[in-house]
Amino acid sequence: MPELKLTDDNFEAEVVNSKVPVLVDFFATWCGPCQMTGPVIEELAKEYEGKAIKIGKVNVDENPKTTEKYGIMSIPAFRVFKGGQVVDEFVGAQPKEALKAKIEKLI
Amino acid sequence: MPRPPPLSLRRARNDSTNTMFDVIIVGAGAAGLTAAIYTSRRALKTLVISKDVGGQAVMTTHIENYPGVDLVSGAEFMLKWKAQAEKFGAQFIFDEVSEVKKEGDKFIVKTGSQQFEAASIILAFGLTPRNLGVPGEDRFRGRGVSYCATCDAPFYKNKSVAVVGGGSAALDAALLLGKIAKQVYLIHRSEEFRGEEILLSQVKAERKIEMILDTEVREVKGAEKIEAVAIENKKGEKRELEIQGIFVEIGHEVKADFINSLVKLNDKKEIIVNKDCETSEPGVLAAGDVTDVDYKQIVISAGEGAKAALSCYRYIQKKNGKRGVGIDWGKK
Repeated sequence: MPELKLTDDNFEAEVVNSKVPVLVDFFATWCGPCQMTGPVIEELAKEYEGKAIKIGKVNVDENPKTTEKYGIMSIPAFRVFKGGQVVDEFVGAQPKEALKAKIEKLI
Repeated sequence: MPRPPPLSLRRARNDSTNTMFDVIIVGAGAAGLTAAIYTSRRALKTLVISKDVGGQAVMTTHIENYPGVDLVSGAEFMLKWKAQAEKFGAQFIFDEVSEVKKEGDKFIVKTGSQQFEAASIILAFGLTPRNLGVPGEDRFRGRGVSYCATCDAPFYKNKSVAVVGGGSAALDAALLLGKIAKQVYLIHRSEEFRGEEILLSQVKAERKIEMILDTEVREVKGAEKIEAVAIENKKGEKRELEIQGIFVEIGHEVKADFINSLVKLNDKKEIIVNKDCETSEPGVLAAGDVTDVDYKQIVISAGEGAKAALSCYRYIQKKNGKRGVGIDWGKK
């Protein structure tokens, strides 16, 4: 898949220490709105491949440490990281154009 | 061998500009997706603009009352409907419509960043969950205040939660959380529940659910995280319940600001339609929960979506001096 698979193990390296901004989608396989958002994230990851932004997903069931660390209590949840810090956060399924607009502001 | 669509429609459909359509459908829930299947199969160049796919159906993992379907999750089901519409040629854009207006004999539809034109419109943008409107709700939105039990229930394992509401959705949420949480408070502002009897008896049998009737929520409290909810009953007695999450299931409303001067609405802001899904504005059809049809169910929205599509086809045919749907299975 074109989007990054983020885990408890690689989160520090891929996201916190990333030189470019990272859009992270926290999801679970059993959550309806997450299933609808999944393909959107994939498409965006393809469209922005090679650009100054990373797009990744965290499966909350498989990665409890990262999920707890960022206070995720509602999914799908999005966190935008820049320089290791959370600079934006929003919850709930997002239309593709809205996510695109957020990405454009970052790159 | 099926007859090819009339020349005028074929021309419209093969139009390479991506901003002009025969019909724009606002909303991709059950009504919008069914309408898209029907308009596309009638060779109307169709664009569906929606914030999401599937609408309210996606919130549930158990659909058991759709005829012919034993049990299916909302997300899985609606993805199939979308695929079906795409198979027949419907195009999709995922964005929020900000304005629909009439210009001469066509319609202009605007989103934040784009603009489209259409000969006709089908409004099928459904309902939005109601907010409690109490202090603390905005602050903890997505951080303990939830509007989707199936999405967020697992985060409350062994915790205490409140569910607010009196319909089937609230009862459903309470039952789901009853399996996961340590304690569930089901808070309802009147004495009787409106939800299905079968769910109510299951709720009454679940020991972890405490039903609190004739009571309203006054505030969601906490420092960094939700710690409690302040409630008050009809007698004025106040109580604070220690909880870590609150699920709001108090019904839905119409957010119709962007079309309230286009079509007539009733006092609940639902779009008024006749039996053929026609609104007060020729060329604008409406279907699904957003209309004044009393009952809000997936199968009803699907039926209304089909009617709206056929009325839309009839409108366009008549504009081109042709007949609508044939005599053997509908009006002229």
